[in-house]
Order: sequence, then C-alpha cells, then structure tokens
Amino acid sequence: MKLFRTTLIAAAILGFSSASFAEDAKPLKVGLMLPATGTYAALGTAIENGFKLYTKEQGDKLGGRPIEFIKVDDESDPAKATDNVNKLIKGDNVDVLIGTVHSGVAMAMAKAAKESGTILIVPNAGAQAVTGPMCSPNIFRSSFSNWQPGYAMGEVVAQKGHKKVVTITWKYAAGDESVQGFKDGFTKSGGEVIKELNLPFPNVEFQALLTEIAALKPDAVYTFFAGGGAVKFVKDYKAAGLKDSIPLYGAGFLTDGTLEAQGGDAEGLLTTLHYADKLDNAKDKAFRTAYNDAYKMQPDVYAVQGYDAAQILKVGLDAVQGDVSKKAEFAAAVEAAKFDSPRGEFTLSKAHNPVQDIYLREAKGLENPSISIASKALADPAKGCSMK
Amino acid sequence: MDLSIFLIQCLNSLQYGLLLFLVAMGLTLIFGIMGVINLAHGSFYMIGAYMAYALSPIVASAFGGGFFSVLIIGLVLAVILGYFLEWAFFSFLYDRDHLQQVLMTYGLILVFEELRSLLVGDDVHGVQPPDFLAGVIPLGDVMTYPVYRLFISAVCLLLALGMYYIFTRTRLGMMIRAGSTNREMVQSLGIDIKLLYRIVFAAGVALAAFAGMISAPVSTVYPGMGSQVLIICFVVVVIGGIGSIRGAFLAAMLIGFVDTFGKVLLPEAAGVLVYVLMALILLWKPDGLFKTS
Repeated sequence: MKLFRTTLIAAAILGFSSASFAEDAKPLKVGLMLPATGTYAALGTAIENGFKLYTKEQGDKLGGRPIEFIKVDDESDPAKATDNVNKLIKGDNVDVLIGTVHSGVAMAMAKAAKESGTILIVPNAGAQAVTGPMCSPNIFRSSFSNWQPGYAMGEVVAQKGHKKVVTITWKYAAGDESVQGFKDGFTKSGGEVIKELNLPFPNVEFQALLTEIAALKPDAVYTFFAGGGAVKFVKDYKAAGLKDSIPLYGAGFLTDGTLEAQGGDAEGLLTTLHYADKLDNAKDKAFRTAYNDAYKMQPDVYAVQGYDAAQILKVGLDAVQGDVSKKAEFAAAVEAAKFDSPRGEFTLSKAHNPVQDIYLREAKGLENPSISIASKALADPAKGCSMK
Repeated sequence: MDLSIFLIQCLNSLQYGLLLFLVAMGLTLIFGIMGVINLAHGSFYMIGAYMAYALSPIVASAFGGGFFSVLIIGLVLAVILGYFLEWAFFSFLYDRDHLQQVLMTYGLILVFEELRSLLVGDDVHGVQPPDFLAGVIPLGDVMTYPVYRLFISAVCLLLALGMYYIFTRTRLGMMIRAGSTNREMVQSLGIDIKLLYRIVFAAGVALAAFAGMISAPVSTVYPGMGSQVLIICFVVVVIGGIGSIRGAFLAAMLIGFVDTFGKVLLPEAAGVLVYVLMALILLWKPDGLFKTS
C-alpha cells in the first residue's frame, strides 16, 4: 500500500511536471527572416531591434511561452527566398515567421506560409499581393501596402489645386503600386496624370527623364524612390532647377533615413507615410525613449513596424494561450484588436493589412515632422483577396 | 520633342557616355589589356566613392580641406591598394583559367562589401561638390545644368586623351601592348614584365577609384553601388573590342545615346536596349568595334 502510494505520488508529480512543461516551458520558435547584409541591412536591424524591444517589455515571453529566435539572413535575394523559408518551416519547425523587407522575398515567404499554414507577419514589404490575391488567415502585415501612401498623396496634391501631374518611379512592383495608389486618389478628386515616367530598377541615371519633365511642364511631380535612388533623385531634381518651378511630392521613403545624405536638397519636400517625427502621442514618446535607451539611437519607421509585428503576435498568442495550431482563434483575436502603436492606433482589415492614418510630413533639417493627417484610417482596397 | 529639348538630351547622352567611359577605363586596363576577368572592378569604384566621403572630413582637419587634396590622397591610397592586391593575389592569376579569376575576384567583392559595412556602415551618404563647381548653368526656361557634371565631362575627355597618348605614342605604352600580346617574348627582351604589370594593375585600380571619387557628388555613396556599374563596364569593354581604348570610348558614347534616348522614346524597353545593342554589335563584329590583336 505504501509502495502504491509513493508510486502514485511520483507518477502525479512526474505527470504534472511534464504537463506543465508542455504548457508553458516549451519555447516558441520565432523565425526571423530579415536582411542582415546588402542594401537593406540597416532596415533588417531596425525591425529586429523593434521586435525584441517589445518582447523584452513582455518579459521575454509571448502567450506564456519563452521565445527562441532562429535567424536567417535573406540577403534581399528573391532567388534564395524559397530555400531560406523552407529551411525555417521544415528544417527548424518554426511556430511563427517574421519577414521581410524586400517584396520579392516576402512574396516567396507568403507562398510558403500559405501552403504550410505557418503564421507569417510581414514587418515591411508593401507588395499589394501579400494582403491581396495571396491573403490567407495566417498571413498578417504590420507595415503598409504600397497603395496607401500613394493614395493619400493623390488626395493632398489634388487639394493643393494641381491639375496635371507627371509621375516618375522605377519600373517594378513597389513603384507601379505606389503610382497606382496616387492615380486612384488624384483622379478621383479631378486631377489628371499626363505622363507616367519609368526607368528600370535600380537604374539611377535620371537626367533624360528630368529633361522630359522640364519639357512637359506639369503642375507637380509625384515620385516613389527609396534608399540610394531617393538621395540621387532629390539631388538631381534640385540641380536640374526643377525644385522651385515644379513642386515634388513623394511616398515617405523619398526622405526617410536619407535626409543627411540629401544635404539640404530635400528641405521642404512633402511626403506621405504611416509614421512621422514629432507625433503628439504618449506611446510614441515612450517608445522613442525606450528604444534610444536600449540601442543608443533613434528609432525609424522600420523599428516601429518590427515593434508592432511583435504586438500583433502577442494579441494572437494570448487568445490561444500560446497554441499556434488554433489559427482561426488567433486570426479572430488579431482582427478584433486595436493596436496601440507609436504611429497611433491602428486595426487590421479583413485582409490583415493595417487600417491606419497616413501622415503628411514636411522635410525639415534631419527630420520629417507631421504637419497634418493626409488620410484618416485609410484601408487598402485589397484587390483580389477572398477574405473580404 | 522640339529642338531645344533634343539638344539637351544630346548633352545628357554625351555626359552620360563620358561618365561611363570614365568608370570603365580601369576595367579596360585590367580586363582589356592585362586579360584578367576582374569582377572586383565595381568594388574599386565603390572604394573610391567611399574615400571621397570618408576622407574629406579627415583631410579638412589635417590640411584645412580642399577638393583636390582629397583626390590626390585618395589616388595615392588606391595605387598602394592596387599594388598590394597585384602582389598578393592577381600575380598568381595570369596563367590560370578564367574560372579561377572569376572566383577570386568575386571573393574580393564579398570581402570589400563586408569591410565597407564594418568600417562605414550601411547608410546612404551624400558628397558635396566643391564650392567653386557647385553652381548651375541655366538651360532653356525651366531647366538648369549643374557645373559639376560638365567638370566631370571635361576631366574624362582629358583622361581619355592622356590614356590614348600614353598607349599609342610612348615607350611605356608600347611595352604594355607588347606584354599583352606575348609576355615571354617581352621578358626575354630584358623588360621587367612583372613590375610593369604591377604598375598597370595599380593604375587600373587607381582609375576605377578615381572614377568613384570624382562621380561621388553626382552618384551619391551607398552600399551595392559597385555592382550597379560592374555589368555596364563589361558591356563597354566588350562592345568596344577587348583591349581597345578607342573602342571603349566609342562604345561608352553609343551606350550614352542609346540609354538616354531609349528612356525617353521607348520607356518600356529601356532596361534591355543597351543589351540589344551589345548583341547586335557582337553579331556584326564578334570581336567588338575595334579589336586589337
């Protein structure tokens, strides 16, 4: 009898401990597939910093589970994307995928996540298709769609009384989608896009097209460029003498993280984006202080997107007590939630893209302070998504 | 397109063509004349651009600044780098096959990219042109043209003439040309071919870095800028006829015009026009425009 009792107690202890082990000690495997080298390396770092800042605030646990990060450098190379994402999903058996910056790579991740059912949160890439034709209950985006800043700027440019506008961008998905957004917003308000100028990505020899703009003499120019191309375009536009005669408007990436390199040539440019400097909200102030304390630098829009990706993950995981197999409950909780982001409050649409305020910003010195809200709670039309 | 716009586009074409020639000149030496497939050419260009960015504050504090002192210091450093690289790596490659040359120079790209990331970071940087070249010239009623771009064109023309003179009219040029045709024969005539090639290689690296330094204010300085110019440089050298300076010059001009007018008249095909041009020329003249043998 005594032996029976000890066995029972031992079994109970063993059983209990193994049960509790299964419930909260099994780490949540988070696959971070971000660029660590190449043109977008700095963006990848900012996203990872933002994400980890939030998990740290949560005591390094989400949905009651400790977090184990598995990192892959995607090199912003679409050719390697499928291999990289399969390595995470099948090789490492990750519970959640976070990534990435480059739209081409993000598309490969979305395709793999749609097939395997792994939860994917996209912290930057703005390709329409991720929350359009590729949309899926387990795919979310914490950033924006390329259409959103473009559409908001279309409305702004129309309100400024411009009638005839020329657009100029790289001939690739992000540029095309941003210009399409601009056209939707601008033509709806009675404007006309008289010419769409394109050059192959990532060509930065703008002189021929700047001459064409001077010949067309439009009321204004809308542009989508980022990184080195944005710096060179803004400088060339100024040097060609067009800045004072034909106002230039752009999606926010034109002046984000590039102002120092543009050296004053960007001063006064108006851009639209879902984040800005000098936002008057308490969350942003707290976020900026915490980020600066942790990483000794100021956060940017990419850090915010990383931070919010972690917020989305927490809301979903809390609703299912850390059990990632309950996808429907996870998605329902995320769709119902309001996210208190440094950018201001946002929700996710049925297609899982942020419904958010788009700010109108003016480049001043090394900052892009918000001057007004260009479009309030703007939702992407999510063309081609079956979940609407 | 009215006449004034057409003329401005011609100016754009010329200017772009000259810039291309400037950037491709170093490759003409190393790939064209020495026969080494040098994929690291873009990295040398990038190193030059980053030197223009990183050296100016240092030079400013040490010598009170000056655009030309930055250029000269950068050139000296580039020659030293080229001399060292030839001694340490490239001197082993002349007799190897092309695959090994490709592998090693590709390795160098990775090393230089990583070093750049460690030393200067991954941000985009701007370089200001010197004050006396910062102005603009009005062109028509709306446009202006930056003086600095015209300055680059002038520098490029001078360099082109200088190179042409050295290669066709001087003893040094004769030795280099002879060495590219028959190494052993030149050596048996009592010329130190190893030293000669080391100098030519260093000059090739210095030219690439010089192109990077002088175009930095126009091109801006950013990660991956080297790989952007690499392909077009090979196109210039191949169209021109491997080893021909005259050919490279003509090829760069052709590409300048095709690219500029292609962007305006055939925007849908702008990305491939240059390569179509290359294919057509190689079909017509498989060795390029001016083959020197």
